[in-house]
Amino acid sequence: MFQNIGEMVLLFWRTLLALPLTWRQRRKVLDQFFEIGNASLLTVCILSFFTGGVIALQTGPLLVERGLGSYVGGVVGYSIAKELAPMMMAILIAGRIGSAMAAEIGSMRIYQEIDALRTMNISPIHYLVLPRLVAIALALPLLVTIAILGGWLGGLVVCAANDHIAVSSAAFFSALRSAVDVQDVANGVFKSFMFALIIGVVSCHQGLTTRGGPRGIGRSVTKAVVNSIIIIVIFDYLLTRILMT
Amino acid sequence: MNGSSSHQNGVGIQVRGLRKSFDGQEVLRGLDFDVHPGEIFVIMGPSGSGKTVLLKHLIGLEDPDAGEILIEGQPIQSPEVMSKYRMAMVFQSGALLSSLSVGENVGLYLDEHRLHPPAEIARIVAEKLDVVGLKGTEDKMPSELSGGMKKRVAIARALIIEPQLILYDEPTSELDPLSAVVIAREILHLKDRIHVTSLVVSHDRDLAFGVADRIAVINQGRILTIGTPEEVRRHPDPLVQEFLNADFKRPPSPLELKSEPV
Ligand SMILES: Nc1ncnc2c1ncn2[C@@H]1O[C@H](COP(=O)(O)OP(=O)(O)O)[C@@H](O)[C@H]1O
Ligand SMILES: [Mg+2]
Repeated sequence: MFQNIGEMVLLFWRTLLALPLTWRQRRKVLDQFFEIGNASLLTVCILSFFTGGVIALQTGPLLVERGLGSYVGGVVGYSIAKELAPMMMAILIAGRIGSAMAAEIGSMRIYQEIDALRTMNISPIHYLVLPRLVAIALALPLLVTIAILGGWLGGLVVCAANDHIAVSSAAFFSALRSAVDVQDVANGVFKSFMFALIIGVVSCHQGLTTRGGPRGIGRSVTKAVVNSIIIIVIFDYLLTRILMT
Repeated sequence: MNGSSSHQNGVGIQVRGLRKSFDGQEVLRGLDFDVHPGEIFVIMGPSGSGKTVLLKHLIGLEDPDAGEILIEGQPIQSPEVMSKYRMAMVFQSGALLSSLSVGENVGLYLDEHRLHPPAEIARIVAEKLDVVGLKGTEDKMPSELSGGMKKRVAIARALIIEPQLILYDEPTSELDPLSAVVIAREILHLKDRIHVTSLVVSHDRDLAFGVADRIAVINQGRILTIGTPEEVRRHPDPLVQEFLNADFKRPPSPLELKSEPV
């Protein structure tokens, strides 16, 4: 998979150069944006709410036992905002949207639709990649923001409702506010922006380089998802390390 | 754009020593031929002989390993050619964008390049669809069309750019005989109306001998012969005769004396 990194960087660069054309393609950007939202919003809410809840459930009793109940809000708030929400949403979106991008562009390639575009002097990068990349780069950070709030809410509800924790909403929230800066949330959202670019570039690249008939589409989809996730995990470590300093 | 069509002329093509291999297998083995401006040039040959690959080279979708392709004397790779001359290809499968309606497919070129306001585009689209006998199908999706209808939409999509060169890849395969006649007529009509240069790849001997100014027979990436339909029909090369006969006529058998050719 790494031999294609050069091609992917080139694809990303050429898409960046096309950014001034985004306004022309705004309808396609909006279509893609709402498609991503429609496909994922409910899942994002459920996933983040229960993740926040389970983190509270796992850490809450431990902390309360040791008299550190006032830290639960901080632990949940911090881990959700900086790591769990961006990472889980990226994996979710790689599976749902990255796969769809690779499949759609891949089938356009197999069925010569992309050749047809090129004969009409229409660049597949302008027509296909640009709107998808812009849409996912806008949508994923938004979804992650929602996921952070959903995760916090899940933690808050579990802490207040569970007898073994029994930390009031007010206590949870004030702990969260003292532990989590705006900067921490911004870090998480920024990471998700980078993850979105990775998913978009990897998936579009896989789609565009699809070969070998309908089976090739299947291969491209799998590779798009798996490669996105691998690159995201590596980037996650590097970004976290860089953002710490 | 319509105003310019009166003094629009087809372009001439020169192909010199064209070679192309895929994965070590040589598909085009040194092709040389000229297509004159405004002529209908038909390429016949068995499946896998490299006809589609040749067409892709002629519209710049593939780069040759060796040799050159000149459009009006300029190499096809030069950026001027693509902007100066309008060329269109009708793909064998139609290659319509499956996510767009018929009308959006046909109007795509004008729309993406912002050549006309939407109402004008809709008018031109309707006109081109009418030309190929598909009036009023703008709102259908490609998945709702038969193979033949897709091909006609693809022709309408090619016509909308008012091309100076049209490449047809097997334009009548999958068509019923009536639609095939419509397509053949349209190919001839375009030549008369806008003097477009047409390059037609086809197995369809009726179409080939019906519309061609000249015919090339290719086999295994080599040209066997080029000439007028009469010359090709009378060509002494046994390979050509074998191809023309074997590929299109069943050997007569006593039980099938009156059988139709398939
Ligand atoms: N992109 C490609 N990669 C590898 N082989 C190809 C490619 N395109 C065509 N070929 C091969 O070239 C040969 C000629 O194909 P083609 O031009 O499609 O034949 P036809 O004359 O039937 O249109 C075939 O053997 C095909 O497998
Ligand atoms: Mg072919």
